[in-house]
Amino acid sequence: MDIAFLIETVVKIVVILLVFSALAGFGTYFERKVLAFMQRRLGPMHVGPYGLLQIAADGIKLFTKEDIVPQNVVGPIFKIAPVITAATAFMAAAAIPFMPSFTMFGYEVHPILADINIGILYILGVMGIGLYGPLLGGLASANKWALISTARAASIFISYEVITGLALLAPLMMVGSLSLIDFNNYQVGGIASWIVWSQPVAFVLFVIAGFAETGRTPFHLVANDHEIIDGFGTEYSGMRWGLFFIGEYANMFFISFVIAILFLGGYGDGSGLGALALLAKVSFIFFFFLWTRAAWPDVRPDQLMWLCWKVLMPIAVINIVITGIVMMF
Amino acid sequence: MFEAIAFYLFAFLTIVMFSVTVFTKQALYALTALAAGMIFISAFYFLLGADFLGAVQIIVYTGAVMALYAFGMMFFDTTRNVKEYGRSPQIIFLLSGMIALLIVIIFVVPIVSENITAIYPVIEGVGNSQAVGMVLFTKYLIPFEVAAVMLLVAMIAGIVLAGKKMDYSLTLMEDEEIKLAEESKEKALS
Repeated sequence: MDIAFLIETVVKIVVILLVFSALAGFGTYFERKVLAFMQRRLGPMHVGPYGLLQIAADGIKLFTKEDIVPQNVVGPIFKIAPVITAATAFMAAAAIPFMPSFTMFGYEVHPILADINIGILYILGVMGIGLYGPLLGGLASANKWALISTARAASIFISYEVITGLALLAPLMMVGSLSLIDFNNYQVGGIASWIVWSQPVAFVLFVIAGFAETGRTPFHLVANDHEIIDGFGTEYSGMRWGLFFIGEYANMFFISFVIAILFLGGYGDGSGLGALALLAKVSFIFFFFLWTRAAWPDVRPDQLMWLCWKVLMPIAVINIVITGIVMMF
Repeated sequence: MFEAIAFYLFAFLTIVMFSVTVFTKQALYALTALAAGMIFISAFYFLLGADFLGAVQIIVYTGAVMALYAFGMMFFDTTRNVKEYGRSPQIIFLLSGMIALLIVIIFVVPIVSENITAIYPVIEGVGNSQAVGMVLFTKYLIPFEVAAVMLLVAMIAGIVLAGKKMDYSLTLMEDEEIKLAEESKEKALS
């Protein structure tokens, strides 16, 4: 293992961490603005021009707030839970190709940390571990709202992991590889060859499961403000709570990248235009997350389970069977 | 060198985590350490180049331990210590120590006698998941299918056991209906 490779990897890690931590901050700003415009309000306006410095204000507030560990909580678990959410979100980024490879100062850079040939499995697995954050935080909190939110997190995790896996299986059978780069190369022939046209059902299922996995409205049951306060986050304050937030938004960005690369053509042929197109797709999917939050009510937990096991899972299985039959003949 | 460092680091972490699982009296510590240990084990698969099995290890065991958490939530107050009743710690210590020793011997003997050969060596130029698939669908096809049938049997049994009141949802019922249902149940009992 030579030194150049080590330095390159460390630089990539630092860049990904910095860019996506900052983006998580900007994500909160975008969310408030988009929600405000959809509800005919202005959103944050007072801090800085057009409220742009609101992120800095929020950051200062989170960092300097008193760090409270309440009575009766299980200390070590309570403290490690937010770290799990944030850390696993960034660990999942290791297998995502953020851009096509490009040459800089005569050195070819691959903007992916580890091109392992099971990329998508790794990403889904590590994102799954991310749900341990809410789970542990809620269990350790000695708070009834947190416990309810924990029960919901466990049930959502166990059910929607099934949908993600089954929805992915059909496109996987077509591409024949688990690497995200192979997925991108499969769709290199332009818009007509995007997998979303040949697998529309899998696309819709995967997006729905993505909402469940990131805990966004309409599946925002783990921290449903109007019935269980902030769920697992009720007892948290300061930067511990902030880490949950960074994890949630980083997860949203990474799942947007995954959806864009799996179904919407990724970065195409690898030109500069393709890279810009990927960023545009990711931004649209992120916007779609916010749009859904503004437009949809939350569903009840029992409706969530009904949707998962009685509607989505049969559809996913039928989709796999039909794909298999079509591929065979 | 990196491999050796990673191996000893993860070996140490795994042993510490499973020791915590066994020795602690806190259900929450035990479950969390179990989950962490299972995830640290996947590092060995990655080190050996078995990426597919590593990822599967993570996915399967996070889900499985999550189900254990659900049980822990139902049976314990996870923020308190659990009272353990052990009749005779000597016998437990002896039995578990013997089993651990046996397992170590079973794995060490072939290594010491250098009798290990790979029956299905890694084929060059074939991806990890493809290699697993080739072995699974040729040599081990029948055990694989039998396992699938067993899971199907377990699933049907689970549905039969749990599905008696599937068409009966407390959330969707009005208060009067719930009261009526409870009264009829009491009548049936008395």
